[in-house]
Amino acid sequence: MAQLSKEKFQIIGCENANSDEILRASMTYWQDAWRRLKQNKVATTSLIILVLISLMTVVGQYINGFEFQLTDNNLSNVKPNLTHWFGTDNLGRDIFSRVWAGGRVSIIIGIIGAFIDTVIGSIYGGISGFFGGIVDDIMMRIVEILGSIPYLIVVILVSLIFKKGMIAIIIAMTITGWVGMARLVRGQLLQIKEQEYVLAAAALGANPSRIIARHLLPNTLGIMIVSITFSIPGFIFGEAFLSYLGQGIQSPNTSWGALASAAQPNLMFYPYQLFFPSLFISLTMLSFTLLGDGLRDALDPRLRQ
Amino acid sequence: MEKILEVKDLRVSFHTYAGEVQAVRGISFYLKKGETLAVVGESGCGKTVTSKSLMRLIPEPPGEIKKGSQILFDGRDISLMSERELRELRGSDISMIFQDPMTSLNPTMTIGKQISESLVIHRGMSKTEAMSEAIKMLDLVNIPDADKRAHQYPHEFSGGMRQRAMIAIALACNPKILIADEPTTALDVTIQAQIMELIADLQVKLGTAVILVTHDLGVVADVADRIQVMYAGQIIEHGTIDEIFKSPQHPYTWALLQSVPRLDTKNKGKLYSLKGTPPDLIKPPIGCPFAARCEYCMQICREEMPEVTVISENHEVLCWLKHSMAPKIDIPEALRGDK
Amino acid sequence: MLKFLLKRIGYMFVTVWIVATITFMLIHAIPGDPLASAARKLPEQIRINFYEKYGLNDTVIVQYGRFMKNIVLHGDLGESLAYPGRKVSDVIKLHAPVSARLGIQAVSMGFFIGVSLGILAAFNRGKWPDYIVMFIAIVGVSVPNFVMASLLQYFFTVQNMWLPTTGWGGFEHTILPSIALSFGSIATYARYMRANTLDVIGQDYILTARSKGIKKLSLVWNHVIRNAILPAITILGPQLAGIFVGAFVIESIFAIPGLGFNFVSAVGDRDYTMILGQTVFICTLVIISFVLVDIIYGLVDPRIRITGEKR
Repeated sequence: MAQLSKEKFQIIGCENANSDEILRASMTYWQDAWRRLKQNKVATTSLIILVLISLMTVVGQYINGFEFQLTDNNLSNVKPNLTHWFGTDNLGRDIFSRVWAGGRVSIIIGIIGAFIDTVIGSIYGGISGFFGGIVDDIMMRIVEILGSIPYLIVVILVSLIFKKGMIAIIIAMTITGWVGMARLVRGQLLQIKEQEYVLAAAALGANPSRIIARHLLPNTLGIMIVSITFSIPGFIFGEAFLSYLGQGIQSPNTSWGALASAAQPNLMFYPYQLFFPSLFISLTMLSFTLLGDGLRDALDPRLRQ
Repeated sequence: MEKILEVKDLRVSFHTYAGEVQAVRGISFYLKKGETLAVVGESGCGKTVTSKSLMRLIPEPPGEIKKGSQILFDGRDISLMSERELRELRGSDISMIFQDPMTSLNPTMTIGKQISESLVIHRGMSKTEAMSEAIKMLDLVNIPDADKRAHQYPHEFSGGMRQRAMIAIALACNPKILIADEPTTALDVTIQAQIMELIADLQVKLGTAVILVTHDLGVVADVADRIQVMYAGQIIEHGTIDEIFKSPQHPYTWALLQSVPRLDTKNKGKLYSLKGTPPDLIKPPIGCPFAARCEYCMQICREEMPEVTVISENHEVLCWLKHSMAPKIDIPEALRGDK
Repeated sequence: MLKFLLKRIGYMFVTVWIVATITFMLIHAIPGDPLASAARKLPEQIRINFYEKYGLNDTVIVQYGRFMKNIVLHGDLGESLAYPGRKVSDVIKLHAPVSARLGIQAVSMGFFIGVSLGILAAFNRGKWPDYIVMFIAIVGVSVPNFVMASLLQYFFTVQNMWLPTTGWGGFEHTILPSIALSFGSIATYARYMRANTLDVIGQDYILTARSKGIKKLSLVWNHVIRNAILPAITILGPQLAGIFVGAFVIESIFAIPGLGFNFVSAVGDRDYTMILGQTVFICTLVIISFVLVDIIYGLVDPRIRITGEKR
């Protein structure tokens, strides 16, 4: 123990206010979310896979020189080889090209469908939540009733009404699919309306549109993004489901679902015909789901670091 | 009065991604049979970690009770006990009640059953015996219609009643020590008083020793026998209630006492508030932890930990101001005398 | 409590009625000749009689009235258009038990296996059982049930002839379809229960229970599972609905003579009355199960049972 000299016992007082210093640079909500997403390996891998698949749907069918609808009866049901990388189907069409042409349709249906549903749902839920009271009550009753009808049954019925094709499928799937989103957005709005920082902003005299823009929107936007990501797999699945029932995309156009359902009867003899479309359906659905998980974690303000 | 609990050089750390957080940095204290010891300090000072460590309720990773710590109870060292021994100890020798009675009770189990659980496990009673005993406990904590209430669920009780139920659960097996971790923080002021009165009452009836953990000195005044003040994981002063309230020695204790709003303050100026925040416990300061916020800070305070100064049999303080070479600082005027 | 029950049941009737109406409207919005599939071969006179008999010449409103009257008073859902003479309700009676058996197996498997896996994962967080369960869960959620069915079919019946490929008869015929049908459910329950259980484990009352020195088994059962399982019951409804609909495809793949298979053929045949009748039936079942699940939850969660209000 060192010598205790008299100087050490002079009063010098406390080091002021510096302890109130903020140690880290603050980031905006979106910057922080993006940073967290990048750290999530699983989500980033999924994102990369999705980008790759999307790229392939754009150019894939042109790569090996076989047009997807070109039939050739001499080459039917050929196993995968160096010319036909995924083999051919029962009409001699190149499966590799068909998979990417079909992928284009499936993914477009998925994204457009999810987008439409989310927009409709958000607007509906937004109006319902914003006004509250009787308007909210009535709108939510409607939602409850529509939500009780099994989604896929509605899809089937509606698809019967319209001429088969991409538009019909999208309409059929978006007609009741927005219900979930509406509930989410409305719940979000009701919750935020009650929150203290909104009351505080209102007490400070902020006008309603400012409150909406500054407070309501960022929170809800996060939820919307996550919801879109999660509902895309549902649409891809729905389209495949419809194809199994014969209500999907018709030949010579194709989709992953149509490919799968056409290959189903031949499972025993030519399993590869079912394998490839199924692989990509599953991979795409999986990637969107994992990406959605990652987005949800990244956008959750409570997990901010 | 004999000591039933002796803690020697308790060190508790948490291993986190950011590093090792030294939550409790070598504290020693004791508890005598039937007495009430108040552990006071602001959030993050280590008082809750201390109380949970006494029952080994800290998850052990990431928490760690460091070697060399001793928690001596009934001739055994709690820090070395096996999981089985701990289970026998908990609820029957030492019990704990928590801050928020809303979330601390199982919503899907009747209150009576929650009380009976301990009795069945520790006293070997049958379910029916335990239930009637549980009803007696509810009576003891002044819950009316005890026999009806025992079959009700937590959400059917009011906040104050839930806290009473918690007390009933904790005292069912008549433990030697009751640890109360901020028992009144989540309650209304009027209910606070009732609960504290209840605890004091039961203590006399059952002879339980109580460790009362709180950040609110006002609550402590009526019930405690001794007080220890914690800061940044250390005990910086401890003494009997008279000694602490009438002749506090540590600048932090002065700050705490001055922060208690009083009805009879002569000057009608601003309420006293202590500036700054407690230090980061991943890199704890080398010297006195309070140096950064202390208006009497000296050079030596920043360089070395103060030694223990014994003022009386029960009163000790950890402060360089008590050193012979330090200037004489008196108790601030606001605290002097008129208690 | 009674008020709660009555409200839910009343709701049920209203919803069923609305759904039946919407379905009726949808069917009648379909363009094209309703007899296209079957009646083309019929001579002119018979077709005219057919129209008379089914009142297809009347206005939509009158047809609607007759439709509702038939259902409510006689339980009569009409006759098949593709196979005249066959009553829809008879067809349902014939095929429903098959689907019921498959469905019950799938729902039970989904619930019990899924919930157990979820709890297992939660208690072994970060260790290998957790990773395995999460893997199963992810696969179950992303691989469509028809892909799973095809895979199972291929592996277990074509590559290795362990089980029958298609058909219905003995227990062995139910194994693969049940697995395929329940897989998505298992995955969903596992994910959900894992999250719930982790949430419950972090709650204050678990700390209270530990501080009482309760044995681990009792802690897990009485305190963790009792609370964690409640939200899982709420998703029983949507899971059931999913299984109802999933059955359509699974039955087709495995050639199981159930309602789903029948429905798919009806769609293919454009047998509109059959489609209408079966849709009403299935929707009614779905709505009833939603209400039942709601009621069960109300009985099980003491917070609702006692006060009759939602939390």
